[in-house]
Amino acid sequence: MSADEAVPALAVEAVSHRFGARAALDGVSLTVPRGRFVALLGPNGAGKTTLFSVVTRLYANQHGRVALFGHDLRREPSRALARLGVVFQARTLDTDLSVRQNLLYHAALHGIARRAAEARIATLLDRVGLAERRDDRIRTLSGGQARRIEIARALIHAPDLLLLDEATVGLDLASRADIVAVVRALVREEGLSVLWATHIFDEVETTDRVVVLHQGRVVARGLAGALSEPSGSLETSFRRITAGTDAGRRVA
Amino acid sequence: MSTTAPPAALKGRLDAVGYGICFLGIVRRELLRFFNQKERFFSALVRPLVWLFIFAAGFRNTLGLSITPPYETYVLYEVYVVPGLAAMIQLFNGMQSSLSMVYDREVGSMRVLLTSPYPRWSLLFAKLAAGVAVSVIQVYAFLAVAAFFETDIPWRGYALALPAFLASGLMLGAIGLFLSSLVRQLENFASVMNFVIFPMFFASSALYPLWRVNESSATLYWICQANPFTHAVELVRFALYGAFNPLACAVVAGTGLAFFALAVAAYDPGRGLLARRGGPPGGAA
Repeated sequence: MSADEAVPALAVEAVSHRFGARAALDGVSLTVPRGRFVALLGPNGAGKTTLFSVVTRLYANQHGRVALFGHDLRREPSRALARLGVVFQARTLDTDLSVRQNLLYHAALHGIARRAAEARIATLLDRVGLAERRDDRIRTLSGGQARRIEIARALIHAPDLLLLDEATVGLDLASRADIVAVVRALVREEGLSVLWATHIFDEVETTDRVVVLHQGRVVARGLAGALSEPSGSLETSFRRITAGTDAGRRVA
Repeated sequence: MSTTAPPAALKGRLDAVGYGICFLGIVRRELLRFFNQKERFFSALVRPLVWLFIFAAGFRNTLGLSITPPYETYVLYEVYVVPGLAAMIQLFNGMQSSLSMVYDREVGSMRVLLTSPYPRWSLLFAKLAAGVAVSVIQVYAFLAVAAFFETDIPWRGYALALPAFLASGLMLGAIGLFLSSLVRQLENFASVMNFVIFPMFFASSALYPLWRVNESSATLYWICQANPFTHAVELVRFALYGAFNPLACAVVAGTGLAFFALAVAAYDPGRGLLARRGGPPGGAA
């Protein structure tokens, strides 16, 4: 492994962020190794979205450091953001525009020339199974289809790290399974690094790395299988940890 | 998508060419949205046309106008009011653009824009320019309709006024951009409309010459003089008749730059108002 390959896809080091008197993040540290799927678990209000806002540079971190592939987000924001794809919790597609127009817009935001973008759109729509909806307006798509388009959009500039913030919230079981399958295939087949924020335990596999965020702090981390012990259920362990009985536990 | 050897073309470019692609993409998206919303186009046209054909017709015989630059003779009230109504389109459009920024932030699509790798000021400038492009289309559509009703603008005035429309559009858009950073929720925007648009429009030279205002209230006259929208109107008025108003140009340029700088600071991820004024827009903490 070269020195460059040893640099993690995402390194969050002792990041804190306050909104007035309220601490949304308090000394959060985590890493996403290259080519790995990391699940960020946390109840509503844990600070997941704030963490995503900091990592995507919507807000600058007030304390600590964030680096993507070794590029410090404060000192080299362009190089860092160029390697990042994001699926936000809120729906962010323009409902008045077509699928293709939305994707072309996003390609332009990353400086991709039109011809390359058109070819990429065809490939990605095939991948998410929506090639036939290319010219349909977003408002005609179902929630699950729109989410798949958002994933295609996040991949259009060939990012090396994909962040997904509660990407399956509000979707039916089949749509959720589709989206998880698409993302896991990207990790497995193309070596994409993924940070997947969720509070749905079914989406986490035992071999996944898990970081548990609670009240703005990392209260546990490790492999999902190890974190699930001794109850054998990740959900039970999570409830115990976030109830404060096991705060600060470190596994693996 | 691959971490090993992605095609270089898909990685985008972080140079001037890449920014040019990004800039055109943002402008194109705003134009697409505009043309997809036909009712927006017609409502933007109806507002000034109602003012021109109803309000101006009513005032025609009651409001006397002396010869004031850039006019070289007595003009009908309809002629006087056209530059102000064209600027009104830009005023409403500037505020509508900021309204769409608040909406974009609430629904989250603003986040997509701000995760582009290009500098934030350049993204905001592209957004501003996109709004100006939309407003200029509306202005010329209005002028085209108004031309059928004795508005008496020389042909070359339409071309000479283009830089003035661009400058005034940038200034009004920059004010709207800054306001959008102050407004946290869409509901609060109605008060901004009441406290910004109407005072700016009525306390200006758009509807009546300022010497008339001075005759009734010197205080109001100075308020109108301090209003940057007055100077936007005068810049446009002079340009439409082939003249240049250096004071108006300086005020418009200075105000536009000042508000754009404020907007860039407000949207700055480290120092900006968004980072300090509460949780992330469009999502739970």
